[in-house]
Amino acid sequence: MGELFQHLINTLVLGGTYALLGIGLTLIFGIMNVVNFTHGILYTFGAYVMFIVVQKFELNFFVALPLSIASGWALGALVELTLLRPLRGSDIDTTMLVMIGAWIAMQSATLWVWGGVAKSVPTPFPDAPLEIGPVSVSWLRLFVLVAAGALIVLTYILINRTRLGSAMRATFQDQDTAALMGVNVNLIYTSTFALGSSLAAAAGALLGPVYVVYPAMGDLAAVKAFAIVILGGLGNITGAVIGGFILALAEELGAGYISSGYRDAMGFLIIIAVLIFRPTGLFPRAERVG
Amino acid sequence: MMRTLRTASLIAAATALLMGTASAETIKIGVNEPLTGAFAASGTYVVNGAKIAADEINAKGGVLGKQIELVIEDNKSNPTEAAAVAEKLITRDKTPVMMGAWGSSLTLAVMPKLMEYEVPMVVETSSSGKITTTGNPYIFRISPPSAIEAAAFGKIVDKLGLKKVDFLVINNDWGRGAAEDFGKMMKAKGISVGLVETMDQGAQDMSAQLSKLKGSDSETIIVTAAVDQLTLLFKQAAALGLKKQIITTGGSQNPDQIIAQAGAAANGTMHLTTFLPWFPDKTPNPEATTYFVSEWKKRGFDFAGCTESFRGYDGIRTAAAAIEKAGKAEPAAIKAALWDIKLKGLNGDIAFQKSGPAGKESGQSQPNVYLIEIADGKVAMKDL
Repeated sequence: MGELFQHLINTLVLGGTYALLGIGLTLIFGIMNVVNFTHGILYTFGAYVMFIVVQKFELNFFVALPLSIASGWALGALVELTLLRPLRGSDIDTTMLVMIGAWIAMQSATLWVWGGVAKSVPTPFPDAPLEIGPVSVSWLRLFVLVAAGALIVLTYILINRTRLGSAMRATFQDQDTAALMGVNVNLIYTSTFALGSSLAAAAGALLGPVYVVYPAMGDLAAVKAFAIVILGGLGNITGAVIGGFILALAEELGAGYISSGYRDAMGFLIIIAVLIFRPTGLFPRAERVG
Repeated sequence: MMRTLRTASLIAAATALLMGTASAETIKIGVNEPLTGAFAASGTYVVNGAKIAADEINAKGGVLGKQIELVIEDNKSNPTEAAAVAEKLITRDKTPVMMGAWGSSLTLAVMPKLMEYEVPMVVETSSSGKITTTGNPYIFRISPPSAIEAAAFGKIVDKLGLKKVDFLVINNDWGRGAAEDFGKMMKAKGISVGLVETMDQGAQDMSAQLSKLKGSDSETIIVTAAVDQLTLLFKQAAALGLKKQIITTGGSQNPDQIIAQAGAAANGTMHLTTFLPWFPDKTPNPEATTYFVSEWKKRGFDFAGCTESFRGYDGIRTAAAAIEKAGKAEPAAIKAALWDIKLKGLNGDIAFQKSGPAGKESGQSQPNVYLIEIADGKVAMKDL
């Protein structure tokens, strides 16, 4: 019984960050229709910014976090302005190839600048875990869960309750009409991509200290983000959140009770099943933004 | 500064292209290592160790009167790429001997290429038993396969008083091979084997596996993985309140890096390692160890990498010794000569014994294996 509770608490913590990765990508992949291969590298980038700010500049952990998210926003905006804007209107394959190129170039750049040796980010949380009966969880992971939850809620409000959010939704529903209504379409494209990217960076900044930071850390994260987006339905923020938790649950219980060798396969088995039985994702209609 | 450096390297590259014929004066050794991907750090360490060996050999006049030249290629921690790199090194660069490919799955992927082109390879790190037992006569391994590692551990395991062990291993040829060989040894020693859990090579979160292991009735966990995953494991085990004895195998632990990154979570863990840079006096070749460690530091590399990089150093020296013995830089002659070389490695004598099916045996050297313990943030020999 203790083991099951431990698996469930692990699920909660892992699911929170999966959800964060998922909503970032669902904005870009689901709404903007850009197959964003740089999502994983922005996750990595967020973690490295965290490392540099905390370790090199010796700033407070809680100051580093918003800095890291802001850097993710800036890098995302840069990618949109330099790579995607000139390609607006070209077919999805061209954009995809460019994004693959950007991913490889950016990953090699992190390797070039920081080397391959994994880095560890110091945190202000105590080493000893919080123990409640048979269940034990580190303070850092609890903080990650809370922070991820807060970011998810903020994003939801931003998309659904603000002028910027309605402009985003309008733009990706009908770009021409939105433009005629006075929406600055270019600005919306850039800020949507930047928002998605900053969420990826936030996930990296939160998880970097939990794990270790190295150039290829985003690869698996990106694959999982795609899985979550497909699971939750393209462009569906609530779907991405639920998808994140479902993936985490499948991985935890799969590894705990079936076979740990297939841990990372569990999520994909679910996706195959979803694509066969519900090709538009588990939640294709509810709260659809796009 | 960066700009001049780049310009200089561009000019160097252009010159190298223009003077392609000049390289005929050197003897090439192919190096097939993971410089990007999951094992980038480890592969880079091995390459840096290899460079120290090459520089040392060249400073002493090279081999057969020629300088040796390392042709270093990145296999991206990916078996498919490793095979492609081997093919490139053999067919384009015409390297008569190679060293590689760090991971067992990477080396296994290269092996058919060695058969196809009949070029020998010194295997410096991989420890899956399959590499030297499947009948590939182009393989010459200086690292211990998990069976040798398990046998060495078998000699001291009684003193640790183990009763029941679980395994947590990386899900590839290396990890699964280790679980099998150590499992056999344990059972022969009357130690029961419980769960065998695996984790994927890039996996960062092992909480699920650790939660399961926490609930088992074993007192010890045998772990096979490289440094980055070990760091994560120790941190996550501490976070889950898992208080079992942990012993790691495989020789890619870089204990100093673990201490730096996992902190207190690493205390009390034990590691089977194949090199003792902390205690040169206790190595089979103290003078060479001291030289290597000081050269490593002089080049500004992280001391933690020593336990990885010494293999690249020994691997290149092995290849160079074979070229010297062969008297010519040709694959067949080098392959024959590898059987006859005997040199002092940093971790014992390097000399190849036959392993695998008769008629097509691979070469296997017998390095030493040590058990160390991390105590109070320091590496100590485990006193038994």
